[in-house]
Amino acid sequence: MKDLRLMKGNEAIAEASIRYGVDGYFGYPITPQSEVMEYLMAEKPWERTGMVVLQAESEVASINMVYGGAACGKAVMTTSSSPGISLMQEGISYIAGAELPCLLVNVVRGGPGLGTIQPSQADYFQSVKGGGHGDYKLITLAPSSVQEMYDFVALGFDLAFKYRNPALILSDGAIGQMMEKVWLDEQRPRKTEDEIRALRPWATLGKPDGKPRNIITSLELESAKQEQVNLRIQAKYRELEENEVRYELIQCDDAEYLFVAYGTSARICQKAIELGRQKGLKIGLLRPITLYPYPSKAIAELSGHMKGILSVEMSAGQMIEDIRLAVGCSIPVHHFGRLGGIIPTPSEVLHALETKLIGGK
Amino acid sequence: MADHLTTQDIRKPENLVYKKTPVLTDNVLHYCPGCGHGTAHRIIAEIIEEMGIQDKTIGIAPVGCSVLAYNYFDIDMHQAAHGRAPALATAVKRLMPEKFVFTYQGDGDLAAIGTAETIHACNRGENITIVFVNNGIYGMTGGQMAPTTLEGMRSSTSPFGRDIELMGNPLKMTELVSHLAGTYFVTRQAVHTPAAVRRTKKALRKAFENQTLGKGLSFVEIVSNCNSGWKMTPLDANKWMEENMFPFYPLGDIKVDGQLVQK
Repeated sequence: MKDLRLMKGNEAIAEASIRYGVDGYFGYPITPQSEVMEYLMAEKPWERTGMVVLQAESEVASINMVYGGAACGKAVMTTSSSPGISLMQEGISYIAGAELPCLLVNVVRGGPGLGTIQPSQADYFQSVKGGGHGDYKLITLAPSSVQEMYDFVALGFDLAFKYRNPALILSDGAIGQMMEKVWLDEQRPRKTEDEIRALRPWATLGKPDGKPRNIITSLELESAKQEQVNLRIQAKYRELEENEVRYELIQCDDAEYLFVAYGTSARICQKAIELGRQKGLKIGLLRPITLYPYPSKAIAELSGHMKGILSVEMSAGQMIEDIRLAVGCSIPVHHFGRLGGIIPTPSEVLHALETKLIGGK
Repeated sequence: MADHLTTQDIRKPENLVYKKTPVLTDNVLHYCPGCGHGTAHRIIAEIIEEMGIQDKTIGIAPVGCSVLAYNYFDIDMHQAAHGRAPALATAVKRLMPEKFVFTYQGDGDLAAIGTAETIHACNRGENITIVFVNNGIYGMTGGQMAPTTLEGMRSSTSPFGRDIELMGNPLKMTELVSHLAGTYFVTRQAVHTPAAVRRTKKALRKAFENQTLGKGLSFVEIVSNCNSGWKMTPLDANKWMEENMFPFYPLGDIKVDGQLVQK
């Protein structure tokens, strides 16, 4: 039986982690996501499932705790917000380089620098283009509801373990803070050490007698070998791009104009479509659910039936580059966004579509 | 009769007085001749063998000369980011309290870039063992000044000697962590003579055994040489270490069973 609860997005992440059977959560307080650790500490998951929860001394420490736990084949995660995620980039690069699974959550706030604590989507580049040093990608999931905050914990871990690569839930301060109803899954058991040894033979759980040791490293001093490591990782990304693209189409069947938006912006676009259709404008929405791998093919196919695309982002225009890469110069692609933690209104978004794509109406 | 003994006779098990522990691999050490890392590795491996914990020990290698420590220990190991080994070890031990977990770190790794992770792992009282090899210099990157470089000591970034006014003071990390409530055993040793090796091995054994007590962190500093970085022969380096390093970094136990040792 599923439970129904009214929860904040951040709380949904926390409860989902317990119910998924996560082994360890390591975090550091930062607005607007501190409710994740607050919920966990109040809930005492070590009594419910044996899950470890630890408040680290910094985001640098918490991501390296995740690195240590992930190397042992454990399901481990951290959550933070933009400045904290920037601090973690070195550790994330090591985890990707060592080909380890883990779950990261970024409840994005406005930047750059200390910026603001209000919602933003300005960490798109950092999330989908790598972020830290070296050639790597994060499996990036963009929830647009509290239910998806909950659901993407399991999806993120499943993909992370399948591809041995970190997965990131790219949320924002609005989705993290708002309350909605959430259907909760039944409790899954945490994996036993024997199960981890069977499922993840690379895990460092202690070298069994007579078997070779496991070494978790991202170091390879010989360039020829390091290139092979990189090629193997890149092959994995091609596989991800082939198999794991997820997106949602809303009212696209008869649409002449297309919004492309994720997360909070996608919610606003849905209302803007409603307002536009009342005026007779045929507008649809493509909502990327995976930002990496990106739904480039779907956007390219749809663009054949559209007169123009508006990329709606709470940033100065980052995702628009991927849309333009997907459609080339075949149709006009414009950006609309608000910066610094401001959430655009549906009428602002509709007005931007009318002025930028239709022409001054 | 002795003059009839063949090589085969000599190699009989009953004549065996010493052999390399199987917890060390057969890989050739990359360390410079005369460096203390090889000896420190060997005694840790011997302790793991003697305690029968090879199958439940996880080691964390640092960034620095001992970055490749995982090539030499026949146990499961991680390679940490620079300075972050105590954070990795914290997670490993908390997720699997029944395992033995140690970090192996140099002075640049532990006492400069990893100061926060070191102090907080010590202060939380993580039930792990930290092995801190202090040779007062960044060896791997070519002999730059470390937080532990002595006053007046030359390095490639203090070519006229460490000037305290300009470069700050050398850091006594081991004394510092001994004052934190979470450390249970804190000691400073060396591996330059057979007697020192025996004392260090005893200290390391205690540091590993303490992990089963659940009373806090064990911290073993090994003051060592860097004859390449110090630009000395191995023998001169050891002599210089005795004359200059030991007066500033005195050997001996600093905290035992959670109590500071009265001097």
